[in-house]
Order: sequence, then C-alpha cells, then structure tokens
Amino acid sequence: MEYFLQQLINGLTLGAIYGLIAIGYTMVYGIIGMINFAHGDIYMIGAFMAIIWFLVTGLLGITWVPLAILVMLVLSMIFTATYGWTIERFAYKPLRGSQRLAALISAIGMSIFLENYVQLLQGARVKPLQPMVQGGIAVMERADGFVVNLSYLQIIIMALTLALMLGFSQLISRTELGRRQRACEQDQTMAALLGVDVDRTISITFVIGAALAAVAGVMVTLYYGVIDFYIGFLAGLKAFTAAVLGGIGSITGAMVGGLLIGLIEAYWSAYFSVEYKDVAAFSILVLVLIFRPYGILGKPEIEKV
Amino acid sequence: MASDKTPLLEVEHLTMRFGGLVAVDDVSFVAADREITAIIGPNGAGKTTVFNCLTGFYKPTVGMLRMTRNGSEFLLERMEGHAIARVAGVARTFQNIRLFANMSVLENLLVAQHNKLQLASAFSLAGVFGFKGYRKAEREAIDQARYWLDRINLLARADFSAGNLPYGDQRRLEIARAMCTGPAMLCLDEPAAGLNPRESGDLNELLTFIRDEHKTGVLLIEHDMSVVMKISDHVVVLDYGRKISDGSPAEVRADPAVIRAYLGEEEDEDLPDEIAADLAGKQEAGTARPEGQG
Repeated sequence: MEYFLQQLINGLTLGAIYGLIAIGYTMVYGIIGMINFAHGDIYMIGAFMAIIWFLVTGLLGITWVPLAILVMLVLSMIFTATYGWTIERFAYKPLRGSQRLAALISAIGMSIFLENYVQLLQGARVKPLQPMVQGGIAVMERADGFVVNLSYLQIIIMALTLALMLGFSQLISRTELGRRQRACEQDQTMAALLGVDVDRTISITFVIGAALAAVAGVMVTLYYGVIDFYIGFLAGLKAFTAAVLGGIGSITGAMVGGLLIGLIEAYWSAYFSVEYKDVAAFSILVLVLIFRPYGILGKPEIEKV
Repeated sequence: MASDKTPLLEVEHLTMRFGGLVAVDDVSFVAADREITAIIGPNGAGKTTVFNCLTGFYKPTVGMLRMTRNGSEFLLERMEGHAIARVAGVARTFQNIRLFANMSVLENLLVAQHNKLQLASAFSLAGVFGFKGYRKAEREAIDQARYWLDRINLLARADFSAGNLPYGDQRRLEIARAMCTGPAMLCLDEPAAGLNPRESGDLNELLTFIRDEHKTGVLLIEHDMSVVMKISDHVVVLDYGRKISDGSPAEVRADPAVIRAYLGEEEDEDLPDEIAADLAGKQEAGTARPEGQG
C-alpha cells in the first residue's frame, strides 16, 4: 500500500512533465495538422536553459532559492519560446501549403539539428545541477521503516503544472486568442477572411507550446539533476505517445495522456522491471493506435469526400 | 449608370489564367458604394474566380482591383488575405457553408470581431486575467453580436453549436458573421442557394437592410433570378470569362447578348426555360431553384 502510494506520487510527477510537453504536440497538431518532432528537443533546450540561467543567477548572487527558480523559469520560458518561434519561422512556415510529409521531414531534420547543435555548444557530457530544493513531507510510514515521501519539489511540479493547465484552458476557452486558435484549427482560410492573421496565430501556438516545454525542461533539471543533449528524444516520443493516447488535438487529452504514461512508467518500474519501462510506455502507443486511434478524449476524424 | 455614384470597388482589366485556361478574360466593372451589385452568368462563367481574386485566393494574371474605403485606396491584388479583410474591409461568404461548426453561434460572431478584442486584451494577456478594459471590449463585441443575432432571429440559439443549426439559419449566420468584421463591401457567393422561397425572401430583406442601414456595398453572385432582379441596383453578366452586359436589372434583362448566353444558340433546352421565364419578368414566381454550383 505504502509502496503503491509512493509510486503514485512519482508517477504523477513524471506524468505532469510529460503532459506539459504533450500539450505542445497536441496544440501544433490541432492547428496545422503536423507532428512537430522537434518539440522534444525544444524541451531539451528548456532544460539547458535552466542550467544556463541557474549559473547566471549564481553569478548575480541570487541565493534565495524561490527567486532563483522563478528567474530560471521565466528566462528559460522566454528564451525557449524564442527558439520555438524561430524554428516555426524557418523550418515550417516556408513549407506551409506543401505536402504534410514535407513539414514532418523538416521537423525530424530540425530535431537532429538541435541535438547536434547543443552537443557542439555544450558538449556531449552529462550536465549536473546540484539539488536546489530539498526535503519533503513524510506522508506515511510503514512498520518496517519505509517512508512515503512527497518532496517539496514534487509539490512544486504538480502545483505548477496544475496552475499552468488551468490558466491555459482559460486562455483557450475564454480569450480572443483562444477563439482565434480554435477558428484556425477548423478552417484557416475562413479565419483569414474574417481578418484573423493565421500565420501569427500559428506562431503564437508554437511560442506557447515551447514555453510549456521549457517549464517541463526546468522541472526535469531540478528533479533529476542531470541532463544531456539527448534527453529530448525519448521524452519527446513519450510525450507524443501521451498526446496520441489522450487524443491528439485535445488539450485535456494531452494532460490525461501524460499522467497515464507517467503512472504506467512508474508502476511498471516498481513492480516489473526498470529496464523495460520504455517498452511498457510504447506498447501503449501501439495498442492505442490499433484499438482507438483517436485516443481517449479525441473524436474520430471523418474524412469528407 | 453607376458613374454618378461613389465607386467602392473598381475592377480593371481583370484576367485570370490557369495554364491554358482563361477563367476570367479582361473583365472591368465598377461596384458602387451602398449598392447591391450582382454578378450573374451561366455555370463556369468565372464569377467565383472573380471573387477569389478579390479576396486574395488567387493573384490575378493581369488587372487591377481598386477598393476605396473612407477615402483611401487599396489595391487588393497586392494584399494578403487577412489584410484584405481587416484593412480594405472586404468580407466574403462561400457557396458552401463554412461556419466554425464546433464553436457556438456567438463565438462565430466573436471571432469575426477579434481585431478590436486583440488590441483591448493586450494580445490576450489581459484576457486571461479578466482585466477591466478587456471585459469592456468583450461586452461591446457581445453587444454587436447580439444585435446581429437579433436581426437574423437567432438570439435564442446563441449558445448552440453552429454546426447544428438548420441550413437556412447557417446561411444567415454566415452573413451576420461577415458583417461583424465591419466590412465596407460584402461579397456573397450564392447566398440563396438551397433556400426555400420564404427563406430567400428573408434574405432579400436582410441584404437590403445591410445596404440601406449599414451603408455597405454588396457584391452578389446569384443564380436565383428572383433575388437578383428584385434587389440588385446593378447587374454584371459574365459568360465564358468575359463581361457581356452591365447595367440596371431592366437593361440587362432586355440585352440580347444575355438572353443568348442563357438560352444558348442551340441544343440545351431543358434547363434554361425557367431562367428565361425569370429573365422575361416573372420575378415573383419564387419557385426557381438554383441549378447547382457555378
């Protein structure tokens, strides 16, 4: 029971991170129907930004941890968002209107480029970050001394994700920008005829997606304490799985899918084998694609003839 | 005829070629402000192509499209789609219905007003937090939407999903949505297609209301002669991409070139009878159905 609870906490934390990345996939897919395979690497950029800005806060002498984390978070989001915008502008926008496959291949190319770019600039070795937030709350204790621990960092990650999700769903359902995005999602030409700047709306979508991925990157850096240039590949694929599982194009679906993938991974590692946790996650992808290709919350797409 | 009125849109020597096919061939006409200008012609005459050039879907091979709005001139052929709508004030509907089916009726009308809202919301940041200025702007946008919903009798269904409305209501909602962009010219591509006589009567009323009360020019592609002859101030007739007649409905109706284009010189006899009857003046028949897509 205690062990189960601990895995629940771990799984939800991991799932929150996957969910944040998955939103980026699902939003971009919703609006331009493209799987942005470079999105995992955007998250990796976010993680490196976290280390860079951590060093800068150190240089500036900001030692109060909450402020340092806030500075890291905000600056990483801004800079990663700029990456997102630039990538869209150079790698995808010129291909808009051509075949879907062209943009997809461009995305894969962008992913390879980003990995190598970071490898060249930052080196191939693993980057460590000393733990900034330590301690936690002992939720429960078993007779043999096993303590169910909810660390402060896990609380931060879950609370931040929850806050971002709430703010974000407000943005989509209530604001003018959200309406604009939903309109572009359904009919770009009609939206343009109503005066909506479709290109800008798409750019903003990429910027928001990248900013959320940056949050995930910063959190992962704080959580695990080590990153390298290759973390984006696997995390990206898993977040993509989460997006497909939840129903690609659905924002809530992305979050639900992220949490499920996180939980599956945590429980699989705990009760079966850590080595095969990726197999578990990707088997889900296979099963979903076979039995419910539109995901948990997605709607079956009816092709109009 | 139109020379004494303020020109709203001047089309000069518009030519659109697709490879070897000349869809529109050297067409010039003037649509005056606060008038309903109808573009008619048999199927494949190039009417929709003219619209597509006007709204930036096609870049014309040759020609100039000059739009005059509040004293400033815009060359539509050089502008991007959203700027045509936003800056030059051209709004358009399509032959098929293109509402945002998954959004509510109200939201459809709010999307059309997003320019105002965008500025007021400081690019949505204020919207998330519900600041005062944004709330005010949004209330104004909702009032505007409510005004049009009232006009088209859909106020009670504001929260319905647009895709679930009956066909005739969807047609009118599209026109209302186009009007919410605050256009100087409204381009309607076969708005009466598929409407029953009563619905097309409502449409006539809506269009004359738009012309008279909102001081908006209307450019209309229509096959339903009961609509065209009754409400247009000015009719342009196209055939095989060329303009064959231009004038008041009465003038056009009497033009031998128009009658020839509709009746044909040989063969096809089954379809055009109805249209010929309409052209000959039986406008009130009301039974004329659109003969399909142009």
